[in-house]
This record gives sequence, C-alpha cells and structure tokens, in this order.
Amino acid sequence: MSKKIIKYVITDLLRNRTVLLYTLVLLALSLGVFLMEDNIDKGIASMLNIVLFVVPLVSIVFSTIYLYNSSEFIGLLVSQPLKRQSIWLSIAVGLGVMMAFAFFVGIGVPTLIFAYSASGLMLIVAGLLLSVIFVSLAMWTAVYIRDKSKGIGLAIILWLYFALIFDAILLFLLFQFADYPIENIMVAISMLNPIDISRILVLLEIDLSAMMGYTGAIFRDFFGTGGGMFVTLGVMLLWFAVPLWLSNRYFKKKDL
Amino acid sequence: MVVGMSHAATIHVGKTHAFKSIHSAIAKANAGDTILVHSGLYQEGNINIDKRLTLIGIDHPVIDGKKEYEPISIRVEGVTVKGFTIQNSGHSSMNDIAGIKIYNTNNVTITDNILDDNFFGIYAQESRNCHIENNRLRAYGKAEHFVGNGIHAWKSDSITIVGNEIMGHRDGIYLEFVTHTEVDSNLSQNNLRYGLHFMFSHDNSYLYNTFTSNGAGVAVMYTDRVRMEHNVFNENWGDSAYGLLLKDIRDSHIQHNVFAKNTTAIYMEGSNRIQMLDNRFENNGWAIKIFSSCMNNTLSRNSFIQNTFDIATNGGRMTNRFEENYWDKYEGYDLDKDGIGDVPHHPVSLFSILVERYPSMMLLFRSFMVTLFDRSEKLIPSLTPEHLKDDKPLMKSAII
Repeated sequence: MSKKIIKYVITDLLRNRTVLLYTLVLLALSLGVFLMEDNIDKGIASMLNIVLFVVPLVSIVFSTIYLYNSSEFIGLLVSQPLKRQSIWLSIAVGLGVMMAFAFFVGIGVPTLIFAYSASGLMLIVAGLLLSVIFVSLAMWTAVYIRDKSKGIGLAIILWLYFALIFDAILLFLLFQFADYPIENIMVAISMLNPIDISRILVLLEIDLSAMMGYTGAIFRDFFGTGGGMFVTLGVMLLWFAVPLWLSNRYFKKKDL
Repeated sequence: MVVGMSHAATIHVGKTHAFKSIHSAIAKANAGDTILVHSGLYQEGNINIDKRLTLIGIDHPVIDGKKEYEPISIRVEGVTVKGFTIQNSGHSSMNDIAGIKIYNTNNVTITDNILDDNFFGIYAQESRNCHIENNRLRAYGKAEHFVGNGIHAWKSDSITIVGNEIMGHRDGIYLEFVTHTEVDSNLSQNNLRYGLHFMFSHDNSYLYNTFTSNGAGVAVMYTDRVRMEHNVFNENWGDSAYGLLLKDIRDSHIQHNVFAKNTTAIYMEGSNRIQMLDNRFENNGWAIKIFSSCMNNTLSRNSFIQNTFDIATNGGRMTNRFEENYWDKYEGYDLDKDGIGDVPHHPVSLFSILVERYPSMMLLFRSFMVTLFDRSEKLIPSLTPEHLKDDKPLMKSAII
C-alpha cells in the first residue's frame, strides 16, 4: 500500500461536500434522538434503524460514485511505476477510513457522550464494521461493471438486498419451516447478511430481557458467548475482506 | 399472669456461667424465664423448647445442628428466639427439617437471627400470630431438591414476616394455606426457584418487598384477596421465569410495584377481578402476558417504558379494561391538551403475536421488514385483537 495515495484519498474526501453533509446529517439525527429520549436503550433502538439503513446505503452508493469519478485518476496512477494491488488497496483504505470516520463523528461521538453503555458500544462497533464492509462491496461493484449508471444501480440493488429483501426471504423461510427445529440454521443463514448480524448483536444488548426467553436463549448461546462472538466478528471481517479481495484480483487483470 | 411475670428469672448460659449448655438451662427454667446465651459454639443436637421462655443470644452464639439435627424446635406458645446464629441443620427428604421450626402453637417471636446453611430456614406449621422479623437466611443449594425454603409457613394464620433477607434457598418465602398474613420489606434474592411462592393463602398482603434474580421469579396461585403493593420485581431472566406469575388469583390489588428487566414481568392465567394500578414496567421482555382466561381485570395508570413487548395475549375476546395507562410506544396526539391521547392505543403488536406462534421470529425483531408489517397492521388491524385497547392513553407517565 502507498501512504501517499491513502493520504491523497483522505484529504480529497475531507474536502468532499457529500461526506461533510453525511456527517452533519448523522450528527443532527443522533443529537436529536439522544436529546429527546431520556431512556438510553430507547435512544439506541432509534439509532439502530439509522445505522442499519442509512449507513450501508451511503457507504455503498457514495463509494461507488467516488470510484467511478476517480477512474481517470486511477488510470493515471496505473501508468506510474506502482503495483496495481497497492493502488487499489490504498484507495480502499482511504475510503474505508473516511466512511468510518464520518460515522464515528456523526453517531459514535454522540453515542459515547449521551449513551455510554454496552448497547451503545455495540452500536458503534456495528456501525464502523458496516461502514467498511459496504465500502468493500462498493469496490467490488465499481471494478466489475464498467458503466457508471449500471454500477450505481447494482450498488443500490445490493443495498436493497441486504437491507430488505434478505429479511423478506428469511421471513418466508421461517413461515415455511416453522414446524422444524430451524433455530440453528436460522443463525447460520443470518450470518449471510452483515446488516442482520449487526442488528442481532445490538438486539442482544437492548432487548436482553426478551432474548433470555427460549429461542432468544439459543441465539444468545451463540452470539453471547466468547466463541460465538469470535465467529461473528470473523464473519464480519470476511464480509470486509472477501469482496475487497475479489475486486483486487479483478483489478489486477482489468483492461483500463 | 402478672404474678407469674414478677417471678420471672434470668438464666445465663455460657462457658463462664453456671449453665454450660442450653439444654440444662431449659430443663431448669420455669415458664416465663429469660435465658441469656453468651457467645460460643453450642452443639447440642436438637434443642426442644417446651416451656414459655425467652431465649436471647448475646453476640450471636452459634447453635450448630451438625448437619444431622433440627437445631431449634418450638412447641409451646409465647416463645421468643432472638439474636442467634443457627447453622447446619440436618437434611432430609422425609421430614422438613428447619433451622427453627414452630410446631402447632401461637405467639412465637423470632427476630434478629442469622440462619446459615440450613435445609429449611424458619418453618411454621399450624401456628397463629407468629412474628418473624429481621432474620438473615442463607443457604447454598445447588439443586432444588437439596435445599428447602427460606421462610415456610403451612396452615397458619396471622403471621408477620418483616425485614428478612433470604438467599440461596429453594423458595425464598413459601406460604400454603396461610391467611391474614403480612409480608413486609423482605429481600428475597438468588433463590433457586421462586422468590415468593404462595398457594391457597387468602387475605394476605405483601408490601415493600424486593424479589431479585430468583430462578423463576415469583409465583402465586389459587388465592383470593391479595394485596401486593410497593414491591420490586427485577432481573428474573429465563424462558420460564416470571417477575410475577398469577394463576387463579381473584379480587386482588397489585399496585405501585416496579417491574424491571424481567423476561416476562407479569404472566396472568385464570385470574379475575384484579386491580392492577400505578405499576411501572421498564426494560422487560414482555410487560404483561395476559391470557383470555383472565376476566374483568382493570389495568389503569400503569407505565410501560422500553419493554420489548408491552402486552401479549393468546387472543380471543377480552373483558379486561385498559385505561389511562402510559405507553411509551403510543404514537397518537393530544389536541385538546388534557393529558389524554385523542386516539386509542392498541398495545398488542402484530410481531408479538407472531413471536408467540413462531418463537424463532425473534431473530427478525427490529428488522425493517417487520417494522413495515407492524405499521400496516396498525393501519388495518386484522390479526391483532381489536378490543384490547386503551381508549384513554396518558401522554405522560403518571409515576415519576
């Protein structure tokens, strides 16, 4: 990786109006929620919707657009005596750091100030991971599809899939196979969606009492234990690493 | 009576006193005497009090049952036992051996004792007007059948149980066929089964008690005319743990209690004509699970705050009244500013019904899809019970 490229991407994004707007909107939302709500867990529950919905959307769509807009800059870099892998990963790191940073300023800091608790910390961790995971998915989208409008379309479809369609499928499966012992399979399937993983992790903090019931106990046995937590974190990191690795592999061979 | 009192003597027991054992002192004493026991270890098997005596321990002398005997048995009326440490009673699955057991008698007072590692703690059978106050009971049971109840009363009347602290027993306080009894300001914590458990115990009141982290919370059954006020029920976690389980309870008052962080705060089955007023439900999984076998109950001025689900029910027609409660999930408005919402609140969400039917659904809670379903159900109710609603939801909590 090249420090210069990372630095360039970060300074470029720091001046970017969209990133600034994104940060300010998040900040306004979280301040609004926390100042209006005196119950911490209720505030976190409201924030959860923003984290699960807005953060992935902005991360993936903005990163995709940014990558298409920098295609000339990337072309220029490739003509320099630099390794393609180093260029690609540096851009990924720059984007990931900035999106995570914007999230941290917009939601992380208010949460730490107003709702410093286990659930608050879990929300921040989930949001940071979602930010970088959806940047990584954007890298994959942008490198596979040459056409900008199609690429952005795919980014939005990916987001729709993870945020909505996946849960609809899960719901359908649940109704269809309700008579079978499907709890463990459900946990396994939910691992296929980083948004669901984040949601369940925060759920285990804010709806702890309900999750201590029978089925909750099964989820809790998995997500609540050290081993389960380790696996969950591992899966989240895979969600970051695999799309990035795929995109990098493609970028190395890509005819620009 | 007065003449008898004037002749009452005081007998000292201790290493440096005339009587070395409590047995010998009791044998010598006359009814009405006071026996002062000085600190030390007394291993005398079973101490059977068969005269009207007052036993007072100075600096908590230890009466040890050596895991074999029942340390103290009381068989006559008017006995007082105060200030002892009573430990290591025998264990038995045939008899109910207790640290202090009261057999078929009246007016017994048991105060300021420490009971440590006994099978049952304090046990009263067929007794009246007994007073159990300020005792600290602790047991270390690993499983329910290895340990008895903390304070256990059976077929008794007018017992007062005040200010005791009970931990690690099977049931903290257990009452069966006990009437006109007052249970006040006790702490029942980390017991293996229920913090408080009573059956067929009419006309009792339970005030200012705290029931925390008991294996299965509090369960009360088959009882009429109970008053439960100002109690705290919290942190009863687990699938079959309830803050308060009401089964066949009738004509009772449940008022000013606090329910916090329970998996299910109140579970009601076959309970009728209960007045549930001014309670606070906070951070519970389910605030109230009310079954259609419950009739003519009134729930009013309660506050429901940050519960995962406020009300769950198995549907059917409801004759229970929900009125003037505060629901933090209420989304209505108050145009005339009288503090009461202008549109009714339906506290049963579609998702809570689905979770009742398919417990695995819990996995999808707070997912956008589910929120969408809940919204559409709110607009056009089809699955949620239409009659279960609060017509006058409060805009602000009535309880501070």
